[in-house]
Amino acid sequence: MNTSSLILASLALPIAGAIILYALGRFPTLRNSIPLITSCSLFALVSILTIEVMDGNVPEISLFNFAPGLPFAFKIEPLGALFALLSSFLWIVTTVYSIGYLSANHEKNRVRYHTFFCLSLTSSIGIAFAGNMLTLFFFYEVLTLCTYPLVTHSGTDAARRGGRRYLIVLLSTSIALLLLAILWTWVATGTLTFKNGGILSEHVSSSAIAILFVLYIFGIGKAALIPFHGWLPAAMVAPAPVSALLHAVAVVKAGVFTVVKVIIYIFGLDVLRDQASSDWLLYVAGATILIASLLALRQMDLKRRLAYSTVSQLSYIIIGATMANSYALMGSTLHIAMHGFAKITLFFCAGAIFTVTKKTRIDELDGIGKQMPFTMGAFAVGSFALIGLPPFAGAWSKYYLVLGTLQENSYPLLALLLVSSLLNAFYFLPIVVRAFFPLKDKNGTSANKISEAPILMLVAIMITTLGCFVLFAYPDFLFNLLYPLIEN
Amino acid sequence: MITNHLSILLVVLPLLAAPVCVLLKHHTIAWAFSTLISWSLFAISILLLIHVLEFGSISYHLGGWAPPFGIEYRLDTLNAFLLLIVTAITAIITPYALKSVAAEISAKRHNLFYAVYLLSITGFLGIISTGDVFNIYVFMEISSLASYVLISLGSSRDATVSAFRYLIIGTIGATFLLIGIGLLYMMTGTLNITDLSERILLSPDMRPIFAAFAFITVGIFIKLALFPLHIWLPNAYTYAPSIISAYLAAIATKVAAYLLLRFVFTLFGKDFAFNEIPLMEILLSLSLLAIIIGSSVAAFQNDLKRLFAYSSIGQIGYLCVGISFASVTGLTGAIVHMFNHAVMKGGIFLAIGYLVYSTGSSDLRTLNGIGRKMPYTTAALVIGGLGLIGIPGTSGFVSKWYLVQAALEADLWPVAIIILLGSLLALIYVGRVIEAAYFQPVPEEDLFQPNAQWQMIVPIWLLISASIYFGIHTDITIPIAENAAQLLVGLEP
Repeated sequence: MNTSSLILASLALPIAGAIILYALGRFPTLRNSIPLITSCSLFALVSILTIEVMDGNVPEISLFNFAPGLPFAFKIEPLGALFALLSSFLWIVTTVYSIGYLSANHEKNRVRYHTFFCLSLTSSIGIAFAGNMLTLFFFYEVLTLCTYPLVTHSGTDAARRGGRRYLIVLLSTSIALLLLAILWTWVATGTLTFKNGGILSEHVSSSAIAILFVLYIFGIGKAALIPFHGWLPAAMVAPAPVSALLHAVAVVKAGVFTVVKVIIYIFGLDVLRDQASSDWLLYVAGATILIASLLALRQMDLKRRLAYSTVSQLSYIIIGATMANSYALMGSTLHIAMHGFAKITLFFCAGAIFTVTKKTRIDELDGIGKQMPFTMGAFAVGSFALIGLPPFAGAWSKYYLVLGTLQENSYPLLALLLVSSLLNAFYFLPIVVRAFFPLKDKNGTSANKISEAPILMLVAIMITTLGCFVLFAYPDFLFNLLYPLIEN
Repeated sequence: MITNHLSILLVVLPLLAAPVCVLLKHHTIAWAFSTLISWSLFAISILLLIHVLEFGSISYHLGGWAPPFGIEYRLDTLNAFLLLIVTAITAIITPYALKSVAAEISAKRHNLFYAVYLLSITGFLGIISTGDVFNIYVFMEISSLASYVLISLGSSRDATVSAFRYLIIGTIGATFLLIGIGLLYMMTGTLNITDLSERILLSPDMRPIFAAFAFITVGIFIKLALFPLHIWLPNAYTYAPSIISAYLAAIATKVAAYLLLRFVFTLFGKDFAFNEIPLMEILLSLSLLAIIIGSSVAAFQNDLKRLFAYSSIGQIGYLCVGISFASVTGLTGAIVHMFNHAVMKGGIFLAIGYLVYSTGSSDLRTLNGIGRKMPYTTAALVIGGLGLIGIPGTSGFVSKWYLVQAALEADLWPVAIIILLGSLLALIYVGRVIEAAYFQPVPEEDLFQPNAQWQMIVPIWLLISASIYFGIHTDITIPIAENAAQLLVGLEP
């Protein structure tokens, strides 16, 4: 089987899974096994493709033309392979977790849930493998639409309000800004293919590049830059596994992935470095980090705090890519994977706590560590990883980001990274500390008895927690994969 | 040579079939006969389009009298494509009529319904294929009179009032057109479009020509329901029988848009229309208003038919934006949007018709949770709606791609932005439908279980699948539209 058919297979597989699931979902065994089988085989396919990429090959395929010279095309480069690998691996874990979560919480509409999950993953893979901006945009929009039913899953008023906000923010930014930018690029350059060194510099004046940069960056609403971050906290009405995989990994990483892609392959690193106009992005992203961290401190709902934390962490990746030196770029791409593992662990824990205790507020979590030691242990690991403490994932990416700022001699950015790590500690550690060492001993009896989440959920939590260690101990694989990216 | 005769057969066939239908008293037979006719028309128009694309335009001389003295039927890429749109839509929706008409129109009138329906097809096909301006007026009257009758057959009493209103306004439009044609004839002494286009600038006095231009364009604007001359449209679509809503929404405005293209570009010529007369400014401002106002008003409607009728007013705006640029890209966008919108709106109105058939209502508030009970129809409605927003992967995206591209090429930034903002307004009204259909609880006392009517579901999905297919594969629609656009602006394709 050659690589181009592997690409097609990895796109078709989850779609086929979704169709079979929709047709046969009324049988509980099939409903649970089909997503598992699909996700495992998808991971296998993506792994083979990743190995190809690491061997220096460029798997690509071009389908039919949308307009003359503008085909639907796929082309896998290291960054896309990383994103696809991350999403498809965590999908397996999330599927295991979802099965436990859905049955423990007696959720309805499970067929619809799994079906749209499959479709969302298809779109993520499509974004990861896209060979030009049009293909990417296509899957970007489909991803928004496929995740909407998952956000509004419960069908309550709050869910519908959240879903409405989700859809409106994501679709309006992408249609009004991103599509405009894409069309402008197309009219100006006559191509939308991703190319090393960018496609714009020869065709457009530098002031036009500045405007296009604004349109692109804010148009990619999934990257959750302030002021277009509101959809992410709103999406927290979704069930925990959805927040975990989609709103800590697939959707938001699709956003920053697109930003990095646009910076590297549409504008070109050199063009942006020469242009003073990209500085504003550092300010916006820096402000996003600080403001979102401060907002996270104020959230008393656990998932919303995690969401604001995600908003701020995404901007690390954007800052890294904007600095455009090799250390910073390495740090920012590593952070895509590292933050993914750490944040999905935290969301899994939040879902486990909700499943067992029905508690969602942070001030209710005093002493919960005695009741759920494994879950809260994992929560602690995830928090440390996000703060950037060794020996957990997240230490590497922060290390490289710091190196990047030093290379630029940009001390304000360095200070920003350090302050925000501190803020991370402020909003995560109290949860951990008070879970294990409650301020005053409440006279609850249940608190001393261990009652953990269903085993499937625990297994998933343990896998991602382990992942946080493994990514610290064995990061070579990621370095090797991403090295070609910074070589150029 | 046979192909040449096909161009007149396309008009004569439904014209002769209509009286035959009156004689077919039995509903099913009349329906089967009309379906057969609609399919033959579709086949003929495919043959014609292939012929035109391969060998260039067809000129058929009626009765063997050579133009400009005789009447000429002239088919180039543009009208051959339009013929295909009209006949394809009728071929798909006529099979749907059996159940829908039986449910909504009293049994005595079934055969008359099909007769009038075929007459209105005759009118539309005639308008498109003739190369004679007076002929256009005659066929326009045929199609309009037939439309008034078809709308008035709607089951509520409001249908009669709406039909009457449309009759008054439509007659004004047709009269304007006739006055314009009269002025042209007075100054040039000819009625043949090709002939007129050559003589018009030789006219000793240009003032009557200007007047003719004004009368003709305003007359067409009325038929086109371009803002602010759209007031007849929402009621007509809302109260007409469901199948007629779909039929008119998909076809009627496209035919009017064709007339605008034909008169402005072929007859008066691009230079006259856009340099002597500020058509671009007029058309652009009206159509941008149409996009914003039509789509905004749609967001506040509770009746599905009315909601999508207002959406049509917005979509006509898109079409006219493309025309107003008078560039190849803009016209390509407009022409391809005629096709795409016909397919999407046809599918949407058929889906609404089926909801009405099953639940007896098209009010959004009574359709809460309908997505659970009628998954196929509701999904079709939603996909059609996504097309109106212009989500990539639907044909609406293709149209918008070309329209925005044309705006950028013309350096008209604000226009590009308004086109995209219009999509967001569409998002609001489609979002309302999605929320009601899927995320509102089903009313408790609601016990009905619709049994699926495949004759109705299949046409719905044919159109909706087409809207997805042509949103991804543009290899068929875009080259044809581009070819037609190049011919209109006078470039050799």
